[in-house]
Amino acid sequence: MNAINQSGWKPEMNTAEGAAPATSTGNRALMLEEALIFEIGTTETTGVDLPETPKGASRLGSLARAKPIGLPGLSEPETVRHYTRLSRQNYAIDLGLFPLGSCTMKHNPRLNERMARLPGFADIHPLQPVDTVQGALGVINELAVWLIELTGMHGVAMSPKAGAHGELCGILCIKAALEARGEGHRKVVLVPESAHGTNPATAAFAGFTVENIPATAEGRVDTEALKARLGPDVAGVMITNPNTCGLFERDLKIISDAVHEAGGYVYCDGANFNAIVGRVRPGDLGVDAMHINLHKTFSTPHGGGGPGSGPVVLSEALAPFGPLPFTARHADGHIQLVEEETVGEDHPHSFGRMTAFHGQMGMFTRALTYILSHGADGLAQVAGDAVLNANYVLRRLEGVLDAPFAKSGHCMHEALFSDDGLPAGFSTLDIAKGLIDEGFHPMTVYFPLVVHGAMLVEPTETESKAALDQFIGALGSIAERAKAGDASLKAAPHYAPRRRLDETLAARKPVLVWKEAPLAAAAE
Amino acid sequence: MTRYFTNEHEWIDVDGDTATVGITDYAQGQLGDIVFVEVPEEGREVSKGGEAAVVESVKAASDVYAPVTGTVTEGNAALTDDPSLVNSDPENSGWFFKLTLADKGELDGLMDEAAYKDFVASL
Repeated sequence: MNAINQSGWKPEMNTAEGAAPATSTGNRALMLEEALIFEIGTTETTGVDLPETPKGASRLGSLARAKPIGLPGLSEPETVRHYTRLSRQNYAIDLGLFPLGSCTMKHNPRLNERMARLPGFADIHPLQPVDTVQGALGVINELAVWLIELTGMHGVAMSPKAGAHGELCGILCIKAALEARGEGHRKVVLVPESAHGTNPATAAFAGFTVENIPATAEGRVDTEALKARLGPDVAGVMITNPNTCGLFERDLKIISDAVHEAGGYVYCDGANFNAIVGRVRPGDLGVDAMHINLHKTFSTPHGGGGPGSGPVVLSEALAPFGPLPFTARHADGHIQLVEEETVGEDHPHSFGRMTAFHGQMGMFTRALTYILSHGADGLAQVAGDAVLNANYVLRRLEGVLDAPFAKSGHCMHEALFSDDGLPAGFSTLDIAKGLIDEGFHPMTVYFPLVVHGAMLVEPTETESKAALDQFIGALGSIAERAKAGDASLKAAPHYAPRRRLDETLAARKPVLVWKEAPLAAAAE
Repeated sequence: MTRYFTNEHEWIDVDGDTATVGITDYAQGQLGDIVFVEVPEEGREVSKGGEAAVVESVKAASDVYAPVTGTVTEGNAALTDDPSLVNSDPENSGWFFKLTLADKGELDGLMDEAAYKDFVASL
């Protein structure tokens, strides 16, 4: 049994009335207040003992600094404590369930970390001669083969750094392919309402005009409306599958065929690939380009825990336009790094480079470790368990929270609720803040925009039934409190290091840069 | 001066061939606290149904569409400094932009206040 707190034990709390006394430090027992690092140290001190620099004529000329740069001088223990204290105020997947929808916050297996730290992967440099890093290039190449195989595509660009960067890579491939065909005049990209918010931004950034395609009442793309808009000015569509309503776009093949017939390309946002990995190959559905978030589906850490990585799989039509560099395995086992100097006649249509180097080596190693340790059957089970968990959340909570698409059938990897049914004065934000008091990171809120006051819950396959039951109990009880008009919910969170923050003020008058306090300035 | 409404929750005050455009009280209520507004520059040509301004709240970013075709004569500079005017006074000092109408015939398809009230009630 792995039930959490099965006995229901709770510590005996002192419930005596009256506010807890303020402490002189501002700390609350072991919950420590922490100032900014600039406010802890002073520029007068130094934490390290550097040898005197030899005196000599400076060759920096006008580039020499005229005044100190004002870095605080902290000792090693002061620095370590600062960051450890901050980390204790954070919430992480290693602490508990992280239901952030469309983010796939799953457990990062420690085996991945062990592999990524092998010196042959961790202690190398991208400019090393390729003969000295054949093992690392082999990892990139093998991961590329797996990604192509899992998606049923033709090629893959490994270098994009994360999802939106991958989207840009895919759209630039489409742009290059259109220009190669002499059809650079196709300037419209169609984006359904149920797509990720980054999709229209990507298309606009690449110089296209974005047009919305409405969603149907059941939360999927309006296929007829999309077909009706196709024409000689349409470059392609960007579609998210499974979409942000947590539903599988059943018509994707029909849509792809129609788009291809009209001369356009299909970009699929693969952020939600976790729901279908090992079960559906996007290439079979006519997709021309799709990014894969290694940091979502393939468990490499993200959300403050590490960089993203967004390889883009490409169809036969788009693969020739993919970016440099990429790896190629020769018959003798030697892995070549195909770059500008070596591209030769193999890849003359590449649109160029997205990044300086190969991509996120640490993430490649972690993702390949995850794939190999799960195997093809294990990956299919990942998708199955993720979908099962989301449906469990949907069905257990649809009686308490409005689930607008529950009648559309099963959901995929995420369950979507709305604020319909909450009494006047209570909002999705109150529910999210209430969850913080219950010890959970809130779900994604107010997205997707097609649902009013949206709450998007993605439990992933990581969670046990016991963990899900605890979360469902917490979210359900908060919804009941809102329905009962419990005013204390409006002031939540009550137990977090900070109470409810003024999000409006933060957006209207953001303070983004630390400025030296007047006292420190006077000391100069 | 006549006030018309669109089903995108914009209002438009027409005086001769000039018009003032803003979003309705219902729209600001749906958006929540407005944190940023981008209004069109003077001289910009906008077409009916096309993007004319951008409004961002803590919940969402939305386009504001031009209810009619025309040339922008003025954007409300006050909104840049104080976007909360859209929340506090959406149908008056929280106006977005003024324009010169290209085709007064386009006004025919718009709602009057009573029709807009019914439209909102039906949502």
